[in-house]
Amino acid sequence: MRRIAVIVALATAGSAAAQMGQTDAFGGTLRAVVQMDAQLYVRDSVLDPAGDYYPDERALGQGWALFTYERGNLRMGMRYENYQNAILGFPTGYRGEGITYRYAQWQQGKFDITVGNFFEQFGQGLVFRAYEERGLGLDNAMDGSRIIARLPKGLTLKGVIGRQRVYFAKSDGILRGTDAEWALREAVPVLDKMGLGINLGASFVSKFQRGFDPLLNLPANVGSWAYRLGANYRGIDLKAEYAYKINDPNFDNGYIYKPGEAFVATATYSRKGLGVLGTVKRIDNFSFRSDRNAQQFDALVNFIPPTGNLHTYALPALYPYATQINGEMGYQFDVNYLIPKKTKLGGKYGTKLALSIAASQSIDRRPLEDGSFGDKGTQGYLSDALMWGEIPYFRDVNFGISRKFSSKYKTQLTAYRFVYNKSVLADGVNDYAIINAPDSDSVLVVPAVVWEQQFALPRHQTLRTEFQWSGGEGFRGGLAMALAEWTVSEHWVLAIQDIYNYGHPSESRRIHYPLLSVVHFDGPTRVQLGYGRQQQGIFCVGGVCRVVPPSNGLSLSLTTQF
Amino acid sequence: MGPSDLAKPRALAYLEHMKTLLTALLVASATLISAQSLPNVSVLKLDGSKTELSSLREEGKPMIVSFWATWCKPCINELNAMAEYYDDLHEETGVTLVAVSIDDSRTSPKVGPFVAGQGWDYTVVLDPNSDLRRAMGVNNVPHTFLLNGAGEVVWQANKYVPGEEEVLVAEVRKLK
Repeated sequence: MRRIAVIVALATAGSAAAQMGQTDAFGGTLRAVVQMDAQLYVRDSVLDPAGDYYPDERALGQGWALFTYERGNLRMGMRYENYQNAILGFPTGYRGEGITYRYAQWQQGKFDITVGNFFEQFGQGLVFRAYEERGLGLDNAMDGSRIIARLPKGLTLKGVIGRQRVYFAKSDGILRGTDAEWALREAVPVLDKMGLGINLGASFVSKFQRGFDPLLNLPANVGSWAYRLGANYRGIDLKAEYAYKINDPNFDNGYIYKPGEAFVATATYSRKGLGVLGTVKRIDNFSFRSDRNAQQFDALVNFIPPTGNLHTYALPALYPYATQINGEMGYQFDVNYLIPKKTKLGGKYGTKLALSIAASQSIDRRPLEDGSFGDKGTQGYLSDALMWGEIPYFRDVNFGISRKFSSKYKTQLTAYRFVYNKSVLADGVNDYAIINAPDSDSVLVVPAVVWEQQFALPRHQTLRTEFQWSGGEGFRGGLAMALAEWTVSEHWVLAIQDIYNYGHPSESRRIHYPLLSVVHFDGPTRVQLGYGRQQQGIFCVGGVCRVVPPSNGLSLSLTTQF
Repeated sequence: MGPSDLAKPRALAYLEHMKTLLTALLVASATLISAQSLPNVSVLKLDGSKTELSSLREEGKPMIVSFWATWCKPCINELNAMAEYYDDLHEETGVTLVAVSIDDSRTSPKVGPFVAGQGWDYTVVLDPNSDLRRAMGVNNVPHTFLLNGAGEVVWQANKYVPGEEEVLVAEVRKLK
C-alpha cells in the first residue's frame, strides 16, 4: 500500500505540472511517465461458481514508472516496475519489483550507441523484434548493446548483442544480430528526381543456447536470415520480406529438425479518398525464441504479423486471430473509400466506406517418406510451398460505412462474418491431431454487427452509444451488448455497458456482464474507476494468445506524465 | 538478473533498487527548472524515408503532434474532428499537425491506404519501434501535444473526448 501511495503522490505532482519535461541547469531534460493499476475482487458465485478464479490476495496492484533523461547527444532511462501481485489476466511471471529497464544511449555523427536495455526491429520483424506492450504484459527487451551506423548514400548498419528479458530474469540464450538497409534514393539522384524510392535490406540473427538432451543432438547455434525489398512510387508501395531459419528443434514445433521459412508481401495504393491494400504470406515452422523450451509470450525473438484486422469493438474482439507460427498461409485485401463531401451520395461531410477480406489456412503437411508425421527428432513433415493445407484457421470479412450527418449527429455501421477455428485458436490443437482426426476440428461461423452513434448535447456535452451483436453456435453462443458513454465535460466521462450472453450453450452461463466506469482527465493525467464483471476473454499478441480469467470487482487505473 | 542474484536475499535486492531509484529521482528533481521541447528521434515518412520530427515544423510556428493508431477509435475520431478545422487553422496560424502512427508491423502497412480513405491533409509519420513514443513518454493513444513557436510543449491531452478539438483550436489561436 505504501508503494501505491508513493505512486499516487508522484502522479499528483505530475498533474500539477502542465508542461512536459523539465530542463535542468545543464540544459538536460527529464521526462517521466507513470502507470498504476489496482483491482479489488468480489466473490461472484454466478460468474465463477467454484471460486476457481477468485484470487487469494483479494486485491491486486501493479505499476511502473519510466524516467528518461536527455541532454544533447546523450539519453538515459530507466523503468521501475512493481507487481503486488500482478492483476488477473496478466502473465503470472510478473511477481515482485525492481528496475527492469535501464540504458544509456549516445548519438554522435554517424553513430548511435546504446548500452543496457533496448528495443529494436529488423525489417518487419520476421527474424528480430524486441518490443514491449506494457498493457498486455509483453516485454522482450534486449539487455546488451546496440550500434547503429548511418552512413552516407543511404546505408544504415545495425549490430545487436544481448539477452532477452523474461519477467524478472533473462532468457537462457544469447542473441547476436546484424542488419543492413540501403535507401537507394539517397545514392542515385535519378531515382530521387523520379520520386522512386527503393529500399533493400538484409538481416542475420543467431542465438546461442547450450543443449543437453539424452536423445536429441540439439544445435547450440541457430542462425536465421532475411532479405527484404521496398519500393514506393506515386502512391504505390510494395514491401516484401523472406526469412529462413536453420534447424531449431523447440517446444513449439515439437522438437523437429525441419528448417523454417517465412514470406510476407504487401502492396498498397493510396490517393486522397482511396486506399487499397493486398497482402499474401506463408509461414512454415517459424517459431523463434531465444530459449528453445520457452512458451507463451516468453523469449520471443521475432514477430510475424497476423493477417486480418485488429478489432477493438468488444464483441468482434472476442474472436481474435494470432499468427500460427508453426505454419500458415494467408491473404488480406482491404479497400477504404471516401465518397466526396458535398455530393449527393457523400452528403455534406462525405461518407466513408471500408471493406476488408482476410483468410488464414494451414500449410500443406504430409508424412515423411518413412511414414512418420511430426515426430520429435525427425524432419517432421513434407510441405509443398504452393499448396494450401486443408484446415481453415480464420476468415474475416467485414464492411463498414460511416457518415456524419450534421454537426450534431454521426453514425457508423459495421457488419462482420468470421470463420473461427476454435480447436486451433482457442484450444491450441495442432495440425497433426486435426489431420489424424478431422471430425475433432470445431470451426464456427460467427456473424456480428456493430452500430455506433454519436449525438451532440447542449453545453458541449456528448452522448456516444454502441449496440453490438454476435451470433454463432457453440463456444460463446449469441451475445448482445449496449453501451452509453456520456462526456460530461472535457474532464469527466461516464460510461455504462452491459453484455448479455443470451445464447451460451450452457444455461448457467447465460448471464449479464454489466460494467460501470468513470474517467477523469486532467492534462496528462487520466484516472479511471470501474466496477463490474469482466468476461473470460482471449488476449493475443504477435503469435500468441492467452486466456484472461473472468472477474468481478472494482478496478482503478491511473496514468500520468511529467 | 543471473542465478547469483536469485540467491541474494530478496529484501536486500529490493533495498538496492529503491536506493538507486531514489538517488536518481533526487538528482533529477534538484536540478529542474523549466519546460522544454522535442526529443531528437527520427521517424519514418509514408514513402519509407527517415525524417526528424522537428524538421516537419514550419520555422517559428506552432505544431500539433498527435499519437494515434489505425485500430484506435478515439484517435481516428479526434483526427477526423480536427480535419474540419485544419485547412483554415493552418492558413491562419501556420500550425502543422503531425499524426504519429504507433502501428506496429502488423498494422503499419495499412496506414497509407487508411489515411487516404479518411481524406486527411496531415503529415503522417510512422514510429514503428516506438522510439518517439517512449522518448515523449506516451503511454496510451490518443495522446496529443501542442508545441509553441519555440518548440515547447504548452498543452497536452492523453485522450480524446468529443468537443476537445474546439479546446485545441482555441489553444492554437492563443499562440498566434
